[in-house]
Amino acid sequence: MLYAVMSGFVAAALLPLLHRFLGERSSLIAALVPLALTVWFATCFSRVASGEVLVSQSSWLPEIHLELGFRLDGLSLLFALLISAIGALVIPYTSAYLHGNPRQHQFVSATLMFMASMLGVVLSDNLVLLFIFWELTSFTSYLLIGFDHEKEESRKAALQALLVTGLGGLFLLAGLLLLGTAAGSFSLSEILRADGALAGHADYTLFLGLILVGAFSKSAQTPFHFWLPNAMQAPTPASAYLHSSTMVKAGVYLLARLNPVLGGTEAWIGWLTAVGVLTLLTGALMASAQVYLKRLLAYTTVAALGFMVMLLGIGSARAVQAAVVFLMAHACYKASLFLVAGIITHETGEADVRRLGGLLRFMPVAGACSVVAAVSMAGLPLSFGFVAKELVYASVLDRLLVFIPAVAASLLFVLVAFQVGIKPFLPGSSDSSGTPHEAPPAMLAGPVILGLACLAGGFFPQAFAGALAASAAAAIQGGPVSELDLQAWHGITPESVASALTLMLGIAAVFATGHWVRIGSAMKPLADFGPDRVYLAELKGLNLLAVWQTRVLQSGSLRRYVAIIVLAMVGLFVLSVLRSGELPILNRNTPLTLPSLILGLLIMLGAIGSMIATSRISAVAALGVVGFCVSLIYVLHGAPDLAMTQLVVEALGAVLLVSAFLNLPSFHDRKRWVGRFRDAVVAILGGLAMTLMTLMANDVQLAPSIAHYFAETSVLLGHGRNIVNVILVDFRALDTLGEITVLAIAGASAVALLKLRMAGKRRS
Amino acid sequence: MTEVYLSLVIGVLYAAGLYLMMCRNIAKFIIGLGLIGHGANLLIFTAAGLSTQRAPIVPEGVTIPVVPIVDPLPQALILTAIVIGFGLTAFVLALFLSAHEVEGTDDLEKMRSTDQ
Repeated sequence: MLYAVMSGFVAAALLPLLHRFLGERSSLIAALVPLALTVWFATCFSRVASGEVLVSQSSWLPEIHLELGFRLDGLSLLFALLISAIGALVIPYTSAYLHGNPRQHQFVSATLMFMASMLGVVLSDNLVLLFIFWELTSFTSYLLIGFDHEKEESRKAALQALLVTGLGGLFLLAGLLLLGTAAGSFSLSEILRADGALAGHADYTLFLGLILVGAFSKSAQTPFHFWLPNAMQAPTPASAYLHSSTMVKAGVYLLARLNPVLGGTEAWIGWLTAVGVLTLLTGALMASAQVYLKRLLAYTTVAALGFMVMLLGIGSARAVQAAVVFLMAHACYKASLFLVAGIITHETGEADVRRLGGLLRFMPVAGACSVVAAVSMAGLPLSFGFVAKELVYASVLDRLLVFIPAVAASLLFVLVAFQVGIKPFLPGSSDSSGTPHEAPPAMLAGPVILGLACLAGGFFPQAFAGALAASAAAAIQGGPVSELDLQAWHGITPESVASALTLMLGIAAVFATGHWVRIGSAMKPLADFGPDRVYLAELKGLNLLAVWQTRVLQSGSLRRYVAIIVLAMVGLFVLSVLRSGELPILNRNTPLTLPSLILGLLIMLGAIGSMIATSRISAVAALGVVGFCVSLIYVLHGAPDLAMTQLVVEALGAVLLVSAFLNLPSFHDRKRWVGRFRDAVVAILGGLAMTLMTLMANDVQLAPSIAHYFAETSVLLGHGRNIVNVILVDFRALDTLGEITVLAIAGASAVALLKLRMAGKRRS
Repeated sequence: MTEVYLSLVIGVLYAAGLYLMMCRNIAKFIIGLGLIGHGANLLIFTAAGLSTQRAPIVPEGVTIPVVPIVDPLPQALILTAIVIGFGLTAFVLALFLSAHEVEGTDDLEKMRSTDQ
């Protein structure tokens, strides 16, 4: 299974190379990868359907319990099949859709990468691994949405999708880590084995909430739904693949996956049902305001995702089965409709449904596929969508609060199915200019095969999807595979009555399309107050904050930097003193001798002198006095080495400063007295803080002194009598080496700078 | 008493150094840097504990000092610091001289956008 996941990444990496030799044909070759994967997953079907879980483990980073562990059960297999099969259809479609685009191979490459990441998400056994692949899908989605990167809209939409799902991803990471810690294992197999125990865990609400935010943002649940319609800026193959049939279902997958361990509680049922219903209604309401093919489809995708989350929330055996079958049916018809929408726009250059019509003459095959998919979406009998809808209705009939939104959304599905899938092909109000052609075979293959799937699922649901759906539902419920009897026609039952009612209302709505659109456009201003606006405001706020803090903190004024650093230091110092309540207690008390007194006085005078000096030479001289007196203090307190070094450095420094200062024109403070006063206050505060800190440092001895060790071993081990020197060149030789290196670099840089300067002078 | 006195001296060194660094003048900045360097060295020296014991040198004829000696470790650290401080001064000096040449000013407030 590792190879199955990795093959996509490898293919994505090799594709640019292949493209160089084969040109656009390389895309068709790339399609062989998902095709092979589809076949491979199909061969696993019989084993998985019998309840077996295929596992593959290889070690990656055992130190942090991160294994390349993959597992394939019914649920994973359902997703894996969808991902690889639709991938195999979308890639050839892309080769025709982006025909002539020099960056086609990049798009296909990103699509393959996405496919591999998505397979990783649904096959991972390790929670951390799952998260890594989860983030990779967000990242590849970013690449695909922003494919037309010259367009500002695309860039914005790509960034939005990345930020929203990325933010959700952070929540998810926190949630998964908490979950893994609570379960004592990061392996899904282990976690799933310990079902029931986690729902009673103390942190249950916390990690459930975090994981839900992650899953909801990925699956475009309200209030995170807004990124999905905006993501329609992506080229149509990406919309069909990522943003309708696979990636947006990652959140649904995660919820389904964790259902056995997290599900069944009040919080789970409440949140999932509520958010699901809310999303359902939001999607439906917003869709009615749309006139563009892809945006219409996008909002119904939002609604459909709401459906699935809601059904998982209900969590009964029936609801879970309904969710699975609905997911399959939705993937088939929605991907097909997207692909046809892409064909329409590709051939006519028109995306506004109000101006499309009469296309059946020009493209009969695409039209037929579109009608089949639309019929499935509307849920007409003998279509896969019908079977799914019957199951959905059956599982929500006894819950009125859920049933009514479900009917409302289905109603909308009828309406949108007509507008997107049927109306463009009907003769009538068309003024499509020019003569569009039938799409090339590579583009038609996808809709045709998906259309056949819609029909097969409608006529022979049990044979087509029964076993797969049953094993997926069993995996979601964490139980043995139970019987699932899918039938094309159940006879007259309450759900078929509800279905008929929906259809009739839907058809009535179709005839009132004009009114709908008017009502919809009246509601359009409402959309502006949605979370999209909050997102924009947040983004703007963040930018303003960044600009503001840069202006204040990174002003480029050295003076201000120094002041900020000093004040921050003083502030932290005062804060820590206030919190600990400690003041210097002066437990060390060396008597003050006259030489020390005089030297200290001289140092202070020197410091003040260099501060107020008006000429360069006197300032350097004052600094020299300070250095000289400091070295005498070293002498007084038993540090002759320091004194000698200090004296040498002082002499060198004085020479350096004097010769350099000759080149500087002025030596005066450029500030007016207000500025001087302010700086003086800051400087005095800083000095005061340092004095207090020194006094407090005198009181603490964090670790026992190791002076005796050096004293005892200096001669024996270091073969030297000057202990300070032995420490420098022997005990801490590596430190000294580092220091010498630093010094060498500083010297070399200084020389380089001066050379540069001289070269500049010579030029001028 | 010496500790308190030297702490005061360190405070004065820092205050003067910080004030000079905030003057809008290259030369004053470098002098200030030097003062702060002295302050920092004295800080380590004082905080490590002052004493008037023998310097940390083992006399000829013995392998272990017989009389108590001053802690040699802080001295090793300060010695490193003095040398590094000198390197820093030299580098800053070269940098400022070049900047002065390029910018045509020694006013630090006018050197705001030298990274462009």
